[in-house]
Amino acid sequence: MIEKEQQYGILRTMTIVIGLILLAKLFMIQVINPSYKLRARNNVVKMRTEFPSRGLIFDRNGKVIVYNDPVYDIMVTAKQLKDIDTVKLCQLLELTQADFEERMGKVIEAKSPRKPVIFLRNITPVKFAKFHEHLYEFKGFSFDKKSIRRYPNGGAAHVLGYISEVNDREIEASDGYYKPGDYAGTIGLEKAYEEKLRGIKGIRYEVVDVFNNLQGSFNNGAEDIIPEAGTDLMSSLDIDLQIYGEALMKNKLGSVVAIEPSTGEVLAYVSSPGYDPNLLSGRYRGHNYSILSQDTLKPLYNRPVSAAYPPGSTFKPMMSLIAYQEGIKKPTDGYVCNGGYRIPGHTVGCHAHVPLQSGRDAIRFSCNAYYCDILSKMLSGKQYGSVEEAYKVWADYLDQFGFGKRLNIDVLSENTGNVPSVEYYNKIYGKNRWKASTVISLAIGQGEILATPLQMANEVAIIANRGYYYEPHLVKAEVKNDTARTTRFEKHIIKIDASLFEEVVLGMEDVFISGTGRGVFKEGFSQCGKTGTAENPHGKDHSLFVAFAPKDDPKIAIAVIVENAGFGSTYAAPIASLMMEKYVNDSISSDRIWIEEKMLKANLISHEDAK
Amino acid sequence: MRTRSNLFGPIDEVLVFILLALMLIGFGAIFTSQYEPQNWHLFDMSKNYGKQLLWIGISLSMFIFVQLIDARLIVSLSYLIYGLMIGLLLIVFVKGQSVGGNQNWINFGFFKLQPSEFVKYGTALALSRFLSRPLVRFSRLKDRMIVGAIIGLPLLLILKQGDVGSALVYVGFVFVLNRVGLPNGLIYLGLYIITISVLSLLINEYFLMGGLVLISLIIIYFNRKSRQLVYFVGIVALVSCLYIKGVDLIFNNVLKDYHRERINVMLGKVSDNAGAAYNLNQSKIAIGSGGVFGKGYLNGTQTRYDFVPELSTDFIFCTIGEELGFLGSIIVISLFVSLILRIIYLAERQRSVFNQLFMYCVASIIFMHFIINIGMTIGLAPVIGIPLPFISYGGSSLISFTLMIATVIKLDSDRLLHFR
Repeated sequence: MIEKEQQYGILRTMTIVIGLILLAKLFMIQVINPSYKLRARNNVVKMRTEFPSRGLIFDRNGKVIVYNDPVYDIMVTAKQLKDIDTVKLCQLLELTQADFEERMGKVIEAKSPRKPVIFLRNITPVKFAKFHEHLYEFKGFSFDKKSIRRYPNGGAAHVLGYISEVNDREIEASDGYYKPGDYAGTIGLEKAYEEKLRGIKGIRYEVVDVFNNLQGSFNNGAEDIIPEAGTDLMSSLDIDLQIYGEALMKNKLGSVVAIEPSTGEVLAYVSSPGYDPNLLSGRYRGHNYSILSQDTLKPLYNRPVSAAYPPGSTFKPMMSLIAYQEGIKKPTDGYVCNGGYRIPGHTVGCHAHVPLQSGRDAIRFSCNAYYCDILSKMLSGKQYGSVEEAYKVWADYLDQFGFGKRLNIDVLSENTGNVPSVEYYNKIYGKNRWKASTVISLAIGQGEILATPLQMANEVAIIANRGYYYEPHLVKAEVKNDTARTTRFEKHIIKIDASLFEEVVLGMEDVFISGTGRGVFKEGFSQCGKTGTAENPHGKDHSLFVAFAPKDDPKIAIAVIVENAGFGSTYAAPIASLMMEKYVNDSISSDRIWIEEKMLKANLISHEDAK
Repeated sequence: MRTRSNLFGPIDEVLVFILLALMLIGFGAIFTSQYEPQNWHLFDMSKNYGKQLLWIGISLSMFIFVQLIDARLIVSLSYLIYGLMIGLLLIVFVKGQSVGGNQNWINFGFFKLQPSEFVKYGTALALSRFLSRPLVRFSRLKDRMIVGAIIGLPLLLILKQGDVGSALVYVGFVFVLNRVGLPNGLIYLGLYIITISVLSLLINEYFLMGGLVLISLIIIYFNRKSRQLVYFVGIVALVSCLYIKGVDLIFNNVLKDYHRERINVMLGKVSDNAGAAYNLNQSKIAIGSGGVFGKGYLNGTQTRYDFVPELSTDFIFCTIGEELGFLGSIIVISLFVSLILRIIYLAERQRSVFNQLFMYCVASIIFMHFIINIGMTIGLAPVIGIPLPFISYGGSSLISFTLMIATVIKLDSDRLLHFR
């Protein structure tokens, strides 16, 4: 027998002790420490964002002008790649071998071998369908369905804007809504109505295995949030008129803004040169953007609200109205112009015309002296007390007409234009050291005064309405779940008696019948307008025209600016007249086809400019 | 001369109950680790659970077979069985297959035999047989060398095959030797060395040395009358300091990178979720996420979706921890502790030295597997591939452990009939 000095070895004690140690440790990780439960959930439950479909945009007649097109991103999970037939893959995706290698290199560089990384962006459904049939042959490849914005008419780029990937600042400002890689409106309606258009993101919780393979929904989708589609917008644009305007403005620099006077709805909004908005959507956005942004003709520049010009003679109908309301002149008063308005040291020239019988003739002949006389009399008027006070009254009318301030249109980057203030002149000339003769060019819309094409269109809308306007806007209604919600826009009433407008309107009608716009007179088509020429110190003058039609119960008010085109009557007036005819009558009458063709063909962009 | 008229004699029901309970839990765990809701069949032989069912059947047949033979036969065949097992181990070198870097399989087509699982049984038999010979005294150097050879031969062969886990199990035989007279002090010394080694890797070596010297000085101060103790403590402190320096040198210069990495992961010094730490991390996440009551049987996510590698074999405990929670852990650990304690209890009531030592061998082997496997899944032991007895998937392991328990029960059942 062996020694029996050690009844029960150490093993029994150690079994109990170690058993307790194991239980203690298990108690700690299973019962006390909560982090393992969290990490386990993070391991298997992946939160996937479900993007809502972005709101569509329709024109005023219900035609779709922006919609979403499905596209596909091809993804690669590096860890799962296996025996890829690269030749076949390149064939299906229309890639070159070098292209394939470069893209694959980027996937490897991404250093997230277990996660799908974008291999190829924005594949069209047709190309994708071919690839999808063979997807099972390419282990490690997967796809992600997305959508991109499409613009079927290829116009109205400056109104609609575009969407692009959000930057860090936008992510930060969004209160957690945007995540890197999301898209948001960058400009135009896409930006102004971003919060309506984008809808509400949904969340889907999915259970995945260690290779990120989908195993099913978590908790049967009980915690999922269903995405809510974005609100559709009904734009005020008439897309046919818009496209027609863009065609007329082709190869010209400038703007066309057409407004429905009774509502303030913008019917056409042309900034020329424009671009096809589809260029800034989809796969080649970055490339196209850099081309557009380097173009010397500045196609990205939003002229109708950003460019400001001296309004020139288009200013005159408003000047008449101010004079009548203030009692400076009566509508019936005539005026004899001696080929100019002479003040000490300065003469404002006028072209040869017969003496004015009444106020309407002033507009018909666009008599500079008549308007200089108005401003001169007004600023020296005893009833105001001083030049400064008189000027303030005058400037207040301009403010009522929407000059020198933003009109709050729903596209951004609006320029205020410029109406010089009393303080401005005091600073330049000294207090009480300036008078009518100092600022006389304001009377004919020259000098420091600047107006945007939108402001000019708004001015003529006010005249068409005989004394009021609604803030011009580009969205008529927001459409959600088949119910349209119209936004109420503010009505601004100008403090000028409605009766005083008749003389001015008659004058503007005369412009077509026998005045500066007679070249585009059309028998049976009632139209009223005023030409203008904006002096351009850098080159040929800008051709301006403001108009509305018909005379009674006007349907359209329009401002046309053609840069470097000389007199208003040569280009701006025909374009405005054609636009109005097109909108009011739906077509151009046969006797005016030649004008249309001439305008469509006119190329005012010299090769020097187009560099 | 049987005390009861039945075929088996008085078998220990407690042991049988624990054995069956563990097998059942094991099968359940393997089943859930490969379960697919739409597509499963209990006897699907392409799945681990289907095969495990077969191994359970074979194991239970073996169990019954062992109960039917004469216990004396087992005793007398001890050396032969040991020799056969060593032979199988040698065959591995010639015809073996490499799995996971370890060359320790013999392929028989359907069945891949793992001799290292069986050789433990043979070693236990041979060791018990030798030590129970009337003239053997463990205190004699010659006998100690023979004991060393019996344990050392398979140990070296297994190490040569690269199976560190199985080799570590042989450390368990010190408990058997402890039972025959290896002083407790030696085991304490072993534990002391392990503790110092771990600490020297965790703490700055000079801090550790300083701490040791301080503790030694305090002990010496309070026992300054006892010259013998002063010398002892002084020498221990000095040797410890040298050892600490040595561990550092070995760790940094002798061990390979992946060894270092694994040790660092276990010590919690590295915790990235990749490489060596990945397995341990995922294993802890699976077990930890079970909570008190678990996610429910067949409802585990970490284990079901392949986050834990080697799930049905080495990391089978994760399934239990995740799906049955802390309650499941308590049940499994209690079963193992009861199993080991019951075997020790049976051992102590044996009159035959062979019976007693063999049972100690079995208890020690199960003990080592138990602490290393579960310890590994929760980060208390290094990640070393070693099965959890009766629970992990694998025929060799299941049959071998069932043989051990069957033999224990048989020996106990016959204890009153055949004692020397």
